[in-house]
Amino acid sequence: MTNNSDLRGRNVKMHDMCLRDGMHSMRHQITIDQMIDIATGLDEAGVPLLQVTHGDGLGGSSLQFGRGLHTDKEYITAVASRMKRAVVSVLHVPGIGTLDELRMAADCGAGCVHVASHCTEADITEQHIGLGRKLGMDTVGFLIMAHMTPVDNFVAQSLLMESYGATTVYCVDSAGYMLPEEVTDRISALRSALRPETEIGFHGHHNLGMGVANSIAAVAAGADRIDGSAAGLGAGAGNTPLELFAAVSERMGIETGVDTFQLMDVAEDRVLPMMPKPPRADRDSLTLGYAGVYSTFLYAAKDAQRKYGIPARDLLVELARKKMIGGQEDMIEDTALTMARERGLLPA
Amino acid sequence: MSGIKCAIIGPGNIGTDLLYKLLRSEVLDPVWMVGVDPTSEGLARARELGLKTTSDGIDGLVPHVVADGVQIAFDATSAYVHAENNRKLNELGVLMIDLTPAAIGPFCVPPVNLATLSAQKVMNVNMVTCAGQATIPMVRAVSRVQPVGYAEIVATIASKSVGPGTRKNVDEFTRTTSDAVVRIGGAKRGKAMSVVNPAEPPLMMRDTVYCETEDAPDREAITRSVHDMIAEVQTYVPGYRLKNGPIFDGNKVSIYLEVEGLGDFLPKYAGNLDIMTAAAARTAEMFAHELLDGSLTLSPVLEEATQ
Repeated sequence: MTNNSDLRGRNVKMHDMCLRDGMHSMRHQITIDQMIDIATGLDEAGVPLLQVTHGDGLGGSSLQFGRGLHTDKEYITAVASRMKRAVVSVLHVPGIGTLDELRMAADCGAGCVHVASHCTEADITEQHIGLGRKLGMDTVGFLIMAHMTPVDNFVAQSLLMESYGATTVYCVDSAGYMLPEEVTDRISALRSALRPETEIGFHGHHNLGMGVANSIAAVAAGADRIDGSAAGLGAGAGNTPLELFAAVSERMGIETGVDTFQLMDVAEDRVLPMMPKPPRADRDSLTLGYAGVYSTFLYAAKDAQRKYGIPARDLLVELARKKMIGGQEDMIEDTALTMARERGLLPA
Repeated sequence: MSGIKCAIIGPGNIGTDLLYKLLRSEVLDPVWMVGVDPTSEGLARARELGLKTTSDGIDGLVPHVVADGVQIAFDATSAYVHAENNRKLNELGVLMIDLTPAAIGPFCVPPVNLATLSAQKVMNVNMVTCAGQATIPMVRAVSRVQPVGYAEIVATIASKSVGPGTRKNVDEFTRTTSDAVVRIGGAKRGKAMSVVNPAEPPLMMRDTVYCETEDAPDREAITRSVHDMIAEVQTYVPGYRLKNGPIFDGNKVSIYLEVEGLGDFLPKYAGNLDIMTAAAARTAEMFAHELLDGSLTLSPVLEEATQ
């Protein structure tokens, strides 16, 4: 186990996700006023980085993923212009977002970009990481569904992103599937393989209730950045609740520069009231973590349950068996239709 | 054989798969395979199959074009070198079928607009992208029934079937496809997305097409049109299948497809590559028929001094 005193004095950058990953739980319908209210609160609490984008990244507003209430341009502009210290970041997934959309985000004031790919497909990010650097952005390689490939290949993929110019590389537990020792293995392997100046990040989901424990394990193994969300607002059972991580960090002597009480207030007074319901590891969210399914599949799976009578849990387990990955939201309705026919709920 | 003589540029996976399809054609006669690496397996395979080969790139082919009567060339290299290949062969009166995302010439999705291209006297046609070949027939199947305000396509491709060229140029792939969804599919606005899935064993290519009709969709007419179009694509890609749909939800029409390849040279899961080579071969066959019956003649394209 981690010796707490090991972490005393360690510096960690907290990165809030509630206005991006939280967009999933809000079905991409957060208002501009709500965004400004929460973002300014996070800024005042000293959170150094906060992400503002459609849940599926730039260009994510679509029939596949759900349309945003506003465009990325409107959200980013509204928030970035009001930040005193915090840097606004965006999520950018090659294959979904285009280079033009990344240029737009930089023009609107985004200073950091998470360029994401599935954990085995880093070589589709070269153009996009390259552009992030050229635009002068804090450019992060974001390897999602990190549990789906062995540690050695995960490291190889991280090295590709570093070679394209990423100055930070993330281990992203998109399914909330990982356990602390699996996080330790991956982060330690990254730390020994990547250049010393390359930062390492961890992005957790709370589907098995391990968000905070996994984040602490990541810090102990050498992570410099931790993603989380105020009040845990994020896909599935939510992200690592950032105010919990802040409080635990403070007790352990990890330096985050964040005012824990102020962050608690943002979570309680600004984020919680807007949520349709607080994220919780209900039967379906727990299934995401248990079976290793992309957390955002939760919503369309619940929709399909209502529409076709296939329990969301059965559907999620089937999607895991078929090795569906982030971005394949279309396969949820497709699989539900096929299962409904097989079960005699729809005519063959 | 008295077919139209063809050259293939690029002896990689696509070029080799295309070669197998051309060898089966009654009107196309592949005679040259062009590469840049003398040790290339693709060139060796083409030689075994009786083709002449060169590893000196396009310049190795040019001196033989007239003597060997090459009239159609397929470019399966990359968008970066396509313009130069095209210029050198068009000058000699060779019609170019472009399988790269360069898109110099008009887009061609055979069941949608192949017939209209023959009247246009084009010397270069572009095959869009694999995602475009798989999805645009469905966008058209809806838009020919009633106006489509917006169409969106999502292509999921097995990681093993995505080559380094596509990986380096995901953005061109995305933009070319969404452009063609509008220009050929007939939607007023379009969007294209792609996902690369590494599952083992590799997944079959999957494509989903969403169309938003401007007025309430005519369910019966759209369903019939979709099935008709599926049958048309199946004439050259037998593994093109409707998995689910069309599903109607308000004005949204969702169509779920699977594309299984023929397995000529590439594995069957690589339906994405098969639909490209099959569409290219079909396009060339139409031009070949017209060349053979005299309704089409090709003339050299002289380089324009302006532009």
